[in-house]
Amino acid sequence: MERFDAIVVGAGPAGSSAALTLARKGFSTLLVERGRSPGVKGMFGGRIYSWALQDLLPDWAKDCPVERYVVRENMVFLTEDASLGISFDSTKLGQGRAASFTAVRAKFDGWLAKKAQDAGATLVTGIRVDDLWKEDGHVRGVMVAPNDRVGADVVVIAEGATSILTRAAGLKADLEPREVSVGVKETIELPAETIQERFGLGEKEGAAFVFAGQSSLGLRGGGFLYTNQSTISLGLVVSSEDLSRKKVEIQEVQNRFRLHPAVQRWIRGGKVVEYSAHLVPELGAGMMPRLWGDGVLVAGDAAGFLINNGYTFRGVDLAIASGIAAGEAANAARSAGSMRAANLAAYDRFLRASNVLTDLERFRRAPLYMKNERLFDVYPRMLMEIAERLYTVDGSGQQRLVDAVLEQAASADVPKLKMLLDLLQGARSM
Amino acid sequence: MRIIVCIKQVPKAQELQVDPVTQTLKRVGVPSEINPPDANALEIALTLKDRHAAEVVVLSMGPTSFDESLERAVAMGADRSVLLTDRILGGSDTVPTAYALSETIQKIGGYDLILTGEETTDASTGHVGPGIAGHLDLPQITYVSEVRIVDNTVRARRTAEDGTEWWQTNMPSLCTVNFGCNKPRSPTLTGKIRVKRGGVIVHWSCADVGIDPKKVGLLNSPTIVAKVDTIRLPPRAGRIFSGDAKESVRALLDALIRDRVVAP
Repeated sequence: MERFDAIVVGAGPAGSSAALTLARKGFSTLLVERGRSPGVKGMFGGRIYSWALQDLLPDWAKDCPVERYVVRENMVFLTEDASLGISFDSTKLGQGRAASFTAVRAKFDGWLAKKAQDAGATLVTGIRVDDLWKEDGHVRGVMVAPNDRVGADVVVIAEGATSILTRAAGLKADLEPREVSVGVKETIELPAETIQERFGLGEKEGAAFVFAGQSSLGLRGGGFLYTNQSTISLGLVVSSEDLSRKKVEIQEVQNRFRLHPAVQRWIRGGKVVEYSAHLVPELGAGMMPRLWGDGVLVAGDAAGFLINNGYTFRGVDLAIASGIAAGEAANAARSAGSMRAANLAAYDRFLRASNVLTDLERFRRAPLYMKNERLFDVYPRMLMEIAERLYTVDGSGQQRLVDAVLEQAASADVPKLKMLLDLLQGARSM
Repeated sequence: MRIIVCIKQVPKAQELQVDPVTQTLKRVGVPSEINPPDANALEIALTLKDRHAAEVVVLSMGPTSFDESLERAVAMGADRSVLLTDRILGGSDTVPTAYALSETIQKIGGYDLILTGEETTDASTGHVGPGIAGHLDLPQITYVSEVRIVDNTVRARRTAEDGTEWWQTNMPSLCTVNFGCNKPRSPTLTGKIRVKRGGVIVHWSCADVGIDPKKVGLLNSPTIVAKVDTIRLPPRAGRIFSGDAKESVRALLDALIRDRVVAP
């Protein structure tokens, strides 16, 4: 039987980071990927915060397949026929550890997996691992078929949101609809020059957009738009509970979102060249599985490492940081003498050192707050009506800001106390 | 027991393209696969390996790009593979190919059963399997869909025009295998790891095997391709029905009924 010191399942950002870290520490490492090549099965919005990559590969920027560095952040509230946006420009956004960039997963994941291979990890693609080989609850390797087992001292599960192995390992119960959202994304082709002109960007510069309100037809969720080199990533993350409760198809939501004038102006003339959909873990720290067991660690999306606090969507940076932490933890456990859970518990310490767990806990309330439907329906409409009052000059008398706000608040269907509570809760959780 | 399976790498059937200038099959830059009947032959060999203690050796002749298919064969469960690769083999038709493969099989030696596909999907001659049996003076059963080893004899079910026949031969012998007679297994994780560890393919040149250069290559191939015709499809009319949705759908439907594409 084939044996390795460590097996990593999934060659996404979490898996490749774990494999790279393990290989550097001298572990003979097998990295198994279900897709024909890394990244083909992966999906994300489109932006990567670079700080964790900087920890993993200090000279990442040399050959990393960056599409564009994000220099402008936008937040746009939508109602059916209006939009209200906030735009933040700063050259500081693209600097140092705070740099973030847009990327295409097939390229990025391929690049990162190659780094793991260069460090000595063995990459095998086109194999789906859906069971673990266990003895008395201790994970001894992976099992593809009864006669196709491969042994290892430690298995790092980095399989993504579907978390089949995490459940097989007994670290997590079955997924509930409220724990996952559905993410959809269209890749829209436009010439690089058109993107730069339309968004007012330089050659390597990019823009990021978060859409709230009517983007999701009033269902809980939100939209995003990222500029790549010569494509735009446009998509939505919508509560799967709401989709099934209101019997709405995600394609319909995406169609309506795409046709909104505030979205159309960015993508018009573009050609949709790719459509993808994926599960998104939604409850953050609230849905985390146990992160380690005897001979096993969980990293990335499989561990629910995702932060959506309303203005930033983070996943890949947490995946990379957790991959590094998993590699470090396995190394610490080996030094301590065995891969038993008690030794792998060092994972917690490494995750905290890179603020992964701390950030997840800090924004623990955000997903619940995000689940407040008023945020996606009532408040954006209020905002828009206030804006309409302020900017309407038709000789019928113009309003002062304070009057417009008070009047609008008074006419809303939501009790003022509730509104105040929402405001306070929002400020705290974000 | 040693089973040798002869395979060829062919362009994927769904992706076949004909070079508009040379009128020959494009072989560069198109996705390839193991010739499907050869994959069925390999599956029979691996099934025999599951039942009996057998070593499965995969053999191919062609450029080093064929390694891709040999690696896949090992990942599926073959023990090792041999690629006969040499520039002087270029342009060989089925006569030199059968000769060169039979020489290589003799160099591998110790064989009890040789399996080939019934024919290839890119040339469809069906010559090479029987040709090898001729060179090695082996009993052969063609067009088989099942092979059993019983008391050191080969029993094979052969598809005939008017039914099926069961044939029995002594070993060593050769069988050519029907396309689609089984479902070739997928590569295993263990198999793919073996490939990654390396050493599962050896490359031999004609000199390594002792193949007579005067018997191979384009000049020593009796087949001459005199002319290749491609069937040209008539261009499509490409009519666009536009305007009011209801009216244009009506107009489209009328046109389809008129042209007898759909029934009224």
